Amino acid sequence: MSVPFLYALVGIGLFCLGFHGLIVYDHLLRKILAINIMGSGVFLVLVALAKRGGEAAPDPVPHAMVITGIVVAVSATALALGLMLKVQAATGHAVLPGKSRD
Amino acid sequence: MAGYAWLLRLLLLLLAVGLGYAVLSLPDQAQGLQPDVLGKMDQSGVTHPVTAVLLNFRGYDTLLEMAVLLLALLGIWSLGGLPEARPESEPGPVLGTLTQVLVPVLIVVAGYLLWTGAHAPGGAFQAGAVLGAAGVLLQLTGWRLPRRAAGHPLRITLVAGVAVFLIVAALPLPGGRQLLEYDPNYAGVLILVVEAFATVSIGVTLAALFFGADPTDKAPK
Repeated sequence: MSVPFLYALVGIGLFCLGFHGLIVYDHLLRKILAINIMGSGVFLVLVALAKRGGEAAPDPVPHAMVITGIVVAVSATALALGLMLKVQAATGHAVLPGKSRD
Repeated sequence: MAGYAWLLRLLLLLLAVGLGYAVLSLPDQAQGLQPDVLGKMDQSGVTHPVTAVLLNFRGYDTLLEMAVLLLALLGIWSLGGLPEARPESEPGPVLGTLTQVLVPVLIVVAGYLLWTGAHAPGGAFQAGAVLGAAGVLLQLTGWRLPRRAAGHPLRITLVAGVAVFLIVAALPLPGGRQLLEYDPNYAGVLILVVEAFATVSIGVTLAALFFGADPTDKAPK
């Protein structure tokens, strides 16, 4: 197994770790962070698998997709955080309705 | 919830094993689209393959992505004002002085990254992220956009990236070419123009995302 596959497996690990956090935790900030960890895992898989040509330069197309994806992830995270603040302002808890523990 | 915890972990383990199997079953040696990209580099106008893919070969992705960035900001603005985060304490002298030194450096670094993107790692997104970081630092020290700059000047800056990209994308149309099909003779200049406007727009959009509400809004009730 070569180095790119090792990194790709780490990326899958991050994805599943984030997925676990997304399901288990109720707090919206934790869910947003979990989605970001899932996204980082996907980016790691894409970047790692682009370098399977041995000594040759990596495939630039997945790298360009990851750059695009990072910016989209940042802006989507900002929107999610704004929605979270609104939920907190409306209900007093940053938890989805029907999920409150009181 | 606790009773399902083991089931959830089992399912996630199965998912991880399945994904791992899928990745490991990929061919050990693969070049993907790299030979295709390198074969067309002389027509792209730049010498760095990632920049060539981003702004020429797959310019459509990048154009739509700029629109997504704008859309996220519109989404936040349409939430109707967020409670502004009040800092627990006044920003210390270190943050203020550091910001005074760092912001000009960050602007120069952004310009360098933008220019170097034509032949080395760099480009509009990296430069825009650096500019956005400068904007975040400024806001942490308590700086706010002056009121006269918060209306139309800010909006025009936010939209300029997408607008210039769209104009440049449409330029080849009258000549019988496709959308985004740049003339190889001018591709380098066109890409630099698009990237320059995109850098400023991305940086300002990221800083505005950090600020949250539309700065022309009245304070939320």
